Amino acid sequence: MSWKILNQFLLLVTVAAVCFLSGAANDSTLKIATTSSLYDTGLLELLAQNFSEEYNVTVQIPTHSGTGIAISDGERGNVDMLIIHDKKRELKFVQDGHGLERRCLAYNYFYLVGPKEDPAGVKGMNVTEALKTIREKGMADHEKVKFVSRGDESGTHSKEKSLWQSAGYNYSEINNSGQWYIDAGSPMGATLVMANEKSAYALADMSTFMAFKSKLDLVPFVEGGSDMLNVYVAIALNPEKHPGVNCDLAVKFINFLVSDEGQRLIADYGRAQFGQPIFFAARGNCSLIGCQAEECAVPAAATCID
Amino acid sequence: MEEIWSGLLQAFELIITLDPEVVGITARSLYISLASVFLSSLIDIPLGAMIESREFWGKRGIISLIHTLYSLPTVTVGLLVYLILSRNGPLGSLEILYTPAGMILGQMILITPIMIGLTISALGEVSPQVKDTAKSLGASELQIMITTINEVRSAMLAAVLLGFGRALSEVGVAMMIGGNIRGYTRVLTTAISLETSMGNLELSMALGIILLSISLLVNLAMNRLQGR
Repeated sequence: MSWKILNQFLLLVTVAAVCFLSGAANDSTLKIATTSSLYDTGLLELLAQNFSEEYNVTVQIPTHSGTGIAISDGERGNVDMLIIHDKKRELKFVQDGHGLERRCLAYNYFYLVGPKEDPAGVKGMNVTEALKTIREKGMADHEKVKFVSRGDESGTHSKEKSLWQSAGYNYSEINNSGQWYIDAGSPMGATLVMANEKSAYALADMSTFMAFKSKLDLVPFVEGGSDMLNVYVAIALNPEKHPGVNCDLAVKFINFLVSDEGQRLIADYGRAQFGQPIFFAARGNCSLIGCQAEECAVPAAATCID
Repeated sequence: MEEIWSGLLQAFELIITLDPEVVGITARSLYISLASVFLSSLIDIPLGAMIESREFWGKRGIISLIHTLYSLPTVTVGLLVYLILSRNGPLGSLEILYTPAGMILGQMILITPIMIGLTISALGEVSPQVKDTAKSLGASELQIMITTINEVRSAMLAAVLLGFGRALSEVGVAMMIGGNIRGYTRVLTTAISLETSMGNLELSMALGIILLSISLLVNLAMNRLQGR
């Protein structure tokens, strides 16, 4: 009887070990950490699918809730590459030796969205004027005018902070100035849904807003201009700093993303679903989006040293 | 490993220095979970006692259903309550979505199956003689209920503590119904989830340790109250 149990136990252990080993990473698996907008809109999965079919590899996207956690995953060497949107932190990531180089892939714009009725009357203003007005009217009557912030150190939250700064405020002063400012600590979609429920203003990336638009009564009030640019960048992890990362495959995928095919997929994405593209290709607009020429080069300049 | 240690250190630092943000989050967690356990005890314990003491058609089925709902996913409760409390939902006019009141309601629903189920099993242990004696002494149904509950108070305490533990540690309802608003509906679990998504892993560890410490304190307090 006890032999039988032991046998069964050993079988179980063997099966578990085989499952574990076959699940372990190998040369043909690429792991990507990214921001919620690229993942939730489905663009990155589409790109990954095309790439993995062409090269017969597996692409996994384990981290997809924001630039903050994506960078933290990168600093620990848990993934092979990042696709994020926060220039300051990207530069620091590369400077600290974690990543090889920034490669500009795509861009769109941030939108300042709010309730149709426009209770603060920001229609026609530029973004700094609009934010100033929302703050003033919100502090005067927080029942009427509210602003919902991501509050999660994501790329969009970083952008919001820098916009408050250009409007002449210190961010901690804004975040503590009363009930009109709602620090949601939530992903983009959840933040938009909350802004909708509360009839509040919010800063959103264009792609997530388009994806959620049909469920929202919010409309964009500020939707363009160089101060609302949102640039997505890929960075392969530096194998010298993080031995064991799959640098070759990361560089291959980045080269795929900046290739004719990759850029076309990016520029066409969303046409069928939303009636208009929700990302623009970086190629041809390199200086417009504040990238250096080499950050848009084809193929990648970076090489993996073994 | 390093991060776990520095998480511990940071937890001590946050507790000792009484960081106002952390104190606020902790107090809110405690208030919301205690409120939901207290309110659901008022409903669920009598309800459980009623189900246990009566014989009716479908009783077994109801008990099986309650046991099944032990594994009710927190996000499912969150979703359900979210739909009910949304502006265009049936209780939208209450305007308690994204408020602590909404979170309390959600957590009450979440822990109701556990509280009712454990009440039923605890009272099942009471010997019928207790009830019969009480009845023969002319006790009313309410008095019988109180007597039998008193017989198994340590099992009842375990039920309440389990309910409290589930309410305190869940993140699905708190996130979906509370919305994780700083200074208003941000509780320990949603703060942990947020700090993790920001990449502040040490602070997340520290908040987790604080959550466990609270649970320890509440356990000790309840046990003392029960006189052990």
